[in-house]
Amino acid sequence: MKDFEYIRARSVDHALEVLAEKGESAVKIAGGQSLLNILKQGLMAPDCLVDIKGLEELDFIESNPGTGFRIGALTTHASILDSEVLQSSCGVLASMERHLATVQVRNWGTIGGNLCMADPSSDAAPVLIALGSTAHIRGPEGAREVPLGEFFLGYYETVVQPGELLTEISFPAIPPATGVSYEKFRNVEGDAPIVVSSAFVSLEKDGRTLSDARVVLGGVASTPVRATAVEDALKGVKLTPAAVESASGLVAESTSPIPDVVCSAEYRNKIARVLAKRTLLSAFEEAKAAVGGKKHR
Amino acid sequence: MTLLDFLREYLGMTGTNAGCRTGDCGACTVLLDGKSVNSCLVLACECDGKAVLTIEGLSAGGRLHPLQEAFMDEGAVQCGFCTPGMIMRGVEFLRGNPDPSPAEARVAIEGNICRCTGYENIVKAVLAAARKMKGGGVA
Repeated sequence: MKDFEYIRARSVDHALEVLAEKGESAVKIAGGQSLLNILKQGLMAPDCLVDIKGLEELDFIESNPGTGFRIGALTTHASILDSEVLQSSCGVLASMERHLATVQVRNWGTIGGNLCMADPSSDAAPVLIALGSTAHIRGPEGAREVPLGEFFLGYYETVVQPGELLTEISFPAIPPATGVSYEKFRNVEGDAPIVVSSAFVSLEKDGRTLSDARVVLGGVASTPVRATAVEDALKGVKLTPAAVESASGLVAESTSPIPDVVCSAEYRNKIARVLAKRTLLSAFEEAKAAVGGKKHR
Repeated sequence: MTLLDFLREYLGMTGTNAGCRTGDCGACTVLLDGKSVNSCLVLACECDGKAVLTIEGLSAGGRLHPLQEAFMDEGAVQCGFCTPGMIMRGVEFLRGNPDPSPAEARVAIEGNICRCTGYENIVKAVLAAARKMKGGGVA
């Protein structure tokens, strides 16, 4: 690891000042659970590291009935997993966190760091996109908001500029008659996912007809992708396992996997089809239960 | 410099083992402000002002920690390479869950790989330490 200047930010304002002064020679470090491996391998060798991990103002979980949820960018995965309010009102996020990496990584790694690393196989991104999240970014020009679905530009690349900070993620409360599910596939527990899928399913009053759907896949392109062909095929349709199976066959219209050391592109597409189907079906079941009032959300 | 290298190379405290150095194996687990972390994935300078507890700091008054004793009693040490990390993770786990089920103890060490595959006795040791620490008298 090359020597670097280390600056611990005292506040968001201080971090922005330092970033403005240092320009592109500076790299932000949050939990560093991916960044440290990148530094050790010499893939990045910044002159200056700006440590934002300790910024308590960005470490929070807020739930406001009606408006939804806000999670500070520097909230650790462990805090999200342990959050009672998220467990009771947004269980899908806790279930994603439960299987994200290992406890050591969850204890120190942050949700904002995970998103800004923009690993295409990120556990967190697909479920947060399915939940309809917004990324809140602050920079020298002030604050801006970007839908999380438009946050990722490519492999390890986001809309956050060198002088900017991701400050929080927000998403609306899960609407009535809606289910949200998440599943990932990997060879060994604790390994990075091969494919990730998250599905959001809203039903009409009849408890069968789909009114809104989002299917978000990770690990099948340079960024997380919405499986829009699958979503469109199901809108206004009375959901059945057969309808879901048939629509899930359309995942490859939205994916562009590349073969790598883990598996072939075809394999990723096949797994993506299966996971899209499974997550749609389990979100459908949860939505049906919500219509029937069986599940308190 | 990582916390792991700082401990081993700068302070000469080699109780914390260096395994994969990529955050996958858990051999270098230490407690940072009471939370288990892979010390290979934390910079030493990040720890300024924080409490770092390593395997060297577990014994008190010349007595081993109950989990260290349980590892010996249950034969949970084979080659010993994963042991410091396993024990530090186990200490954190038992602080939060003093009465774990076998399944919970297995999940607790999800981030610690034992290359001897001695997990059965490691889980037994965690459960035995829990009983001992509760004062149940079963060592």
